[in-house]
Amino acid sequence: MTRLNGLLAMVLLLAAGVSLLAGPVWVNPLALSQDGRVAAILIELRLPRVLLAVAVGSGLGAAGAAMQAYLRNPLADPGLFGIAPSAALGAVGAIWLGAAGVPVGPWGVPVLALIGAGGAMALLGLIAARGGAILFTLAGMMIASLSGALTSLAISLSPSPFALSEIVAWLMGALADRSWTDVWVALPLSLLGTACFVLVARDLDAMSLGMAAARSLGVEPRRLQALLVLGVGLSVGGSVAVAGIIGFVGLVVPHLLRPLTDRRPSSLILPSALGGALLLVVADSLCRLWPLAGGELRLGIALSLLGAPFFLTLLWRMRARGLQAGATGGWI
Amino acid sequence: MSSGQPRDELSAQGVQVAGRLADVSLTLAPAQVTAICGPNGAGKSTLLAALTGLLVPQDGRVWLNGGELAQMADRDRARAIGYLPQAGEVAWDLSVRALVGLGVMPWAAAPLRPGIGVAEQAARVDSALATMDLMAMADRAVSTLSGGERARALLARVLAGQPRWILADEPLAHLDLSHARTLMAALRAQARRGVGVAVVVHDLTMAMNHAARVVVMHEGRIVADGPPVEALSPDVLHEVWGVRGRWLGDVGEWALAISG
Repeated sequence: MTRLNGLLAMVLLLAAGVSLLAGPVWVNPLALSQDGRVAAILIELRLPRVLLAVAVGSGLGAAGAAMQAYLRNPLADPGLFGIAPSAALGAVGAIWLGAAGVPVGPWGVPVLALIGAGGAMALLGLIAARGGAILFTLAGMMIASLSGALTSLAISLSPSPFALSEIVAWLMGALADRSWTDVWVALPLSLLGTACFVLVARDLDAMSLGMAAARSLGVEPRRLQALLVLGVGLSVGGSVAVAGIIGFVGLVVPHLLRPLTDRRPSSLILPSALGGALLLVVADSLCRLWPLAGGELRLGIALSLLGAPFFLTLLWRMRARGLQAGATGGWI
Repeated sequence: MSSGQPRDELSAQGVQVAGRLADVSLTLAPAQVTAICGPNGAGKSTLLAALTGLLVPQDGRVWLNGGELAQMADRDRARAIGYLPQAGEVAWDLSVRALVGLGVMPWAAAPLRPGIGVAEQAARVDSALATMDLMAMADRAVSTLSGGERARALLARVLAGQPRWILADEPLAHLDLSHARTLMAALRAQARRGVGVAVVVHDLTMAMNHAARVVVMHEGRIVADGPPVEALSPDVLHEVWGVRGRWLGDVGEWALAISG
């Protein structure tokens, strides 16, 4: 496992290095010391963007691995708990208020997004704390549906066409035009969230045997649930707060890396964090390089464009091989 | 603490769960296989869950070595009582060794929690693998095992925790005759080593031939409790299962003849 982590970390470092140089303006690392503008591009534009990709990707990847382990379902996604849509609702609310003339300031979007994520976490805790995974998922889906409806309402009542386009663009998810402020929001939250998952890693292993057996092994369901919701809230809430909705990372990354591990959930959390970071760094670099009329390809759209066909191919191969009964982890 | 509770016993006293258990008292003895029998819905699994501490009864108490189970730390309880659930689910395609390794979890050292180290954990896993004759397939994926091998691996998971008590909920379901016998023999071997074993069994012949004690449940109550020959007498068979049957053969090789 440490070998996989080491390999992923090395590739991530390499990709991050190339990503720093890549863009509409390619940076020549040898020219750095001579040209102040190049250094400015690097430090003020490229570096925060790469760090954001790392923070958002690692948080989403780790959250996906933890959610799949908790729900014992390889198709689970961090969006399931309704935390991402609720954070998005908060962010949309901030943009809406800003357009309506309320001074929300530069911290408005991330702060309201985190309040949205916190609200979803509190609701989940209230409704489902004593229930099992199914009640939990249902409650999360209802919260997601409610947040989605409220977000649509905000869009339909948007104070100006400009606000409308800003909200829609933001919802698509992107890392363009972000600053160090966003890095300081996302990076600590992502790290704290991943730390929550590491704390419950062994509990998630025990969950492989089902809740009853896990409890008989000493797992405390409420501690597990609380740390899991906290971890998803911090990592996903933080990522939505700075980048909008970015799908597929939490679903696909654990899925791809699982066969490279011993398939214990605890062995998958760190690789998924590193793999998610790698995927976002690469995808965001490609977005930057892709010439598109009127700007660049949105990261959220790019991931779906790449991710969906890729996932369909995997499903096709799975279909060809036939479903393995019982052990869902051996799917692909 | 109740007075006069002997040290080494697992005991339910006046346990009630609405609609499932009505005032059930049962004291399990160490070094013995106790079979829990009864028709579907009799409350067998509920009683086992209460004895494991997974279900806190609405009334009554469960005692472990003189202490109340509901008051014990989860980890201490998990070290003492090994539970083999009915479904036998394994969510990910773990290797046999990783699966069995889950059993050591209550003992494993963790931050702020003293426990045994990695080497000792591996030794316990190896020992459990060897006991269940799984060494040769330790690195195989669980999905590649046959039903009998899988059942052995799941029991080995429980053995790796080296519990004082093993509570198994229908471990023989879906097993053919030979594998069922292997599994019962393994449970009896544990009992010879001093472990108290309670096992929910539907196959009355298995209970009759492999258990030292049989508890018969019906509609949430214990209706018979004693040596197999007494607890599964023709009268009990008729009262609980509604069949007219009699036992043919002799100790260890009883067969049930049903005439209506």
